[in-house]
Amino acid sequence: MIQFAGIALILIGIYGLMTTKHMIKLIIALNVMELGANIFIISIGFVAHGLAPIYTADLPNQAFSFVDPLPQAMVLTAIVIGFGVSALGLVVAQNIYKKHGTYDLSEIGGEE
Amino acid sequence: MKKLVSLFLILVLAFFLTTALDQGLDFWHSPSQLDAFRMSNAFVQNDVLGEGGALVFGESKNLESGSANIVTSIVVDYRSFDTLGEITVLFLSALGVGLLMGSGVRTTLRSGFILKTAAKMVAPLMLLTGIYIFTHGHLTPGGGFPGGSMMATAFLLHYFGSDTVKSNLKPLKWIESTAGALYILLGLAGLFVAGSFLQNFLPTGTLGHLVSAGIIPLVYVLVGLKVGSEVSGIVADFSKTEVVS
Repeated sequence: MIQFAGIALILIGIYGLMTTKHMIKLIIALNVMELGANIFIISIGFVAHGLAPIYTADLPNQAFSFVDPLPQAMVLTAIVIGFGVSALGLVVAQNIYKKHGTYDLSEIGGEE
Repeated sequence: MKKLVSLFLILVLAFFLTTALDQGLDFWHSPSQLDAFRMSNAFVQNDVLGEGGALVFGESKNLESGSANIVTSIVVDYRSFDTLGEITVLFLSALGVGLLMGSGVRTTLRSGFILKTAAKMVAPLMLLTGIYIFTHGHLTPGGGFPGGSMMATAFLLHYFGSDTVKSNLKPLKWIESTAGALYILLGLAGLFVAGSFLQNFLPTGTLGHLVSAGIIPLVYVLVGLKVGSEVSGIVADFSKTEVVS
């Protein structure tokens, strides 16, 4: 059922992107959407009563009940890329604030 | 009005996703239902080239990647080129932050006595925990990226807790560039020794030992140092403020 949580977070993120014009809130909405996508991808590899895909001394050969490690590796990449995007977006938002004095995209006027 | 339209569109999208994709969304597998030919089995068995058998912790020797943590073995061995690209994206992001925040003076916050004292005690422990996480990336959950982030958190705490302006960030840049260059040199060594870029060319040892898995621990230490110094650099860049003239 966890994949529906992921879909719900993606939809909340899209709703946030559509309704707000505040730049910081836009970045937060983008982060919520990205979190939903990550949860959805992780849920693809779910196995009931599965184990984390790590060989340990306690359970020497449990390879057949491991959850799928491939989506986890993909999401590890996606999280780092998302961090970079957020950091860059925040700096751009701050620069726009310095120039125009507002975070609201609709209040930014053209050249007088 | 705009919010109502957005809400309506979202509901339509939700209806579509939960009905049209209903069959495809059934990810609830039990172990016996698992596809015996799922792609990840090759990774789990360390058997992408198709020569190994069952793996036993602490006994199996000379495996393909030799990492007990399968996610690590995918990220740093089988898909290492992907990780190199990921590091590059993070580097470009840090570069963009540094360029856009370029003109400004680093400021410090006025911190209280409790924060100052606690930061002195906690920050070294956090740094040590970060190093532990990325050196054991092939045995336990974690790896270069969480370990590096933890090191950056220690840096942030130290920054909040110190009164004086620490403007000397040269060592961070030095660590970052050296770690990145060494990662590529390791990849080139794989190209010359084993015939393929970023190939695991060192002996992989016994599954589950600290010194095992060939180049995986080396790469994760480099990735951890690079991510830690890079994220610390981003934090330091964010603390700059424009001088109001």
